[in-house]
Amino acid sequence: MKTRYRLMLLALSGLLLVSCVLSLGFGSAPVPVEVVARVLLFKVFGIAPEVPAWTAGQEHIVWLIRVPRMLLGALVGGGLAMIGAVLQAVTRNPLADPHLLGVTSGATLGAVLVVLHVGELIGVLTLPLAAFVGALCSMLLVLAIASRHGRLDSDRLLLCGVAVAFVMMALANLLLFMGDHRASSAVMFWMLGGLGLARWELLAVPAASVLLGLGLLLGMARALNALMAGEQTAVTLGLNARSVRLLAFLICSLLTGVLVAISGSIGFVGLMVPHIARRLVGAEHRRLLPVSLLLGSLFLIWVDVAARTLIAPEDLPIGIATAAIGGLFFIGMMRRR
Amino acid sequence: MTTLNIHNLHWSPKGHGHCHHQFQLRGVDLQVRPGEFVGLIGPNGSGKTSLLRCAYRFNAPERGHITLDDHNLWQQSPRWCAQRIAVVLQEFPDAFGLSVAEVVAMGRIPHQGLFDGDSRQDRQRVQQALLDVGLHGFDDHAFATLSGGEKQRVILARALVQQPRVLILDEPTNHLDPRYQLALLHQVRQLRIATLASIHDLNLAAAFCDRLYVLDHGRIVASGTPHQVLTAELLREVFGVQALIDRHPLADHPRITWIAPQ
Repeated sequence: MKTRYRLMLLALSGLLLVSCVLSLGFGSAPVPVEVVARVLLFKVFGIAPEVPAWTAGQEHIVWLIRVPRMLLGALVGGGLAMIGAVLQAVTRNPLADPHLLGVTSGATLGAVLVVLHVGELIGVLTLPLAAFVGALCSMLLVLAIASRHGRLDSDRLLLCGVAVAFVMMALANLLLFMGDHRASSAVMFWMLGGLGLARWELLAVPAASVLLGLGLLLGMARALNALMAGEQTAVTLGLNARSVRLLAFLICSLLTGVLVAISGSIGFVGLMVPHIARRLVGAEHRRLLPVSLLLGSLFLIWVDVAARTLIAPEDLPIGIATAAIGGLFFIGMMRRR
Repeated sequence: MTTLNIHNLHWSPKGHGHCHHQFQLRGVDLQVRPGEFVGLIGPNGSGKTSLLRCAYRFNAPERGHITLDDHNLWQQSPRWCAQRIAVVLQEFPDAFGLSVAEVVAMGRIPHQGLFDGDSRQDRQRVQQALLDVGLHGFDDHAFATLSGGEKQRVILARALVQQPRVLILDEPTNHLDPRYQLALLHQVRQLRIATLASIHDLNLAAAFCDRLYVLDHGRIVASGTPHQVLTAELLREVFGVQALIDRHPLADHPRITWIAPQ
């Protein structure tokens, strides 16, 4: 079991690394693989060829557009998959996913409000910031409604999350319906999910958040195993089930808020990838979390390749692609079982 | 000399609207001595589960106290208690396909630090516990695919790797067929760990327990050896049923024969 897991981790990491490079070639303007490789060698390791082997345009496309986009895809996919795995364990519900907790809808409402009624105050950052503030507000709202007598039980948490999500979405849709159509379509595009906002300078926050989240959640991995077995069991093993659950909820909500703010609501990764990962390495969280992360990254990188090539030069909103591909893949897997 | 000492314990369920007298505890006194197998019997709703939950530091007592080796449970951390009290519940982790070895290894949680992996000693303990409950070689089986009896024994193995001073069992023989009922209780007795178990089947309680406590409406109404406690009169008063009590033909404990109402 242990060696199998190590091999799996090694294989997935290798696959991810190769995918990172290969995926850069695809897009509305294809770039040959050897050019991609040379640009990367030059940019990352400073190895320059004697004669310039690429155009300035190609360098711009690869290094300034596609690399940040690929990295953001890896971060968002991996992050959402990891969050999904944790939430499914904490709520003991295999259908739990990052967007169920109301965070995404809160982010949407925040984005709609600011884009329609305030305008771009601080340039490109306006929308992500507004979305993150919205996510925070809805997280606090869910917590306030769900906790009773200082405790937080998982069914109540899920139901409150869903209820808050519906109210937030209703408000957001109402504003969109009554608002200016050009602004609406900008928000719509964000809502359907996309990695188009990716810039180098925007990557630091999600990267730090995902790494920090992974570290914290790995530290809680054993507690998550016990919580998956049930609240009573967790208590008899000396864990404070309530604080573990609250902490997991906070970490997941904040991380979801950060990811959703930049990439919009990309569905299905957080729901589906943990189930695939469990089939590969089982439900033990010290193994499940890293594998979910790697699988989620891999998945989103390639779905984004599909999203930017299928109807090139237009970008297909990645949310549509993840839902379609993910859903079909899942149906196929269920039938084969 | 007592291991687990419950003194004048009062507890009632909160936050369930109108206050039921069900599940309440009113002035419970109970002791478990080293190596002793103590049974808790009583009708449905008499408060057995509430009492056990107090004993493993899930329900906080309103009055009275619970001590383990003279330490008050509620002045110690949950982890401290989990290092000394192991619990076998009717709650199974069947949602996401953990393996048998992973379920048993959870029992090491109270003894491990935050980022510790399972040490070789931990793995040896898991193997030993699986051997003890007769499930050697089941390590990689998915827990969810086991039968009810095997699951119950896996949970017992998890309790064993906790290396407890006290073992608490909540209706451990429910859903088991006679063979596994006998095997499980026999295994627990062999361990010679101080044990407190709620048991539904009074004949099983009579056969395996050193002493019995009878709980009715949240009070202990009788306690002592099975011979002292299990009388036709008590069964009529507490359980409201007629029964014939005689000595088991092969062993020195009472045998209960139920008399169905005509």
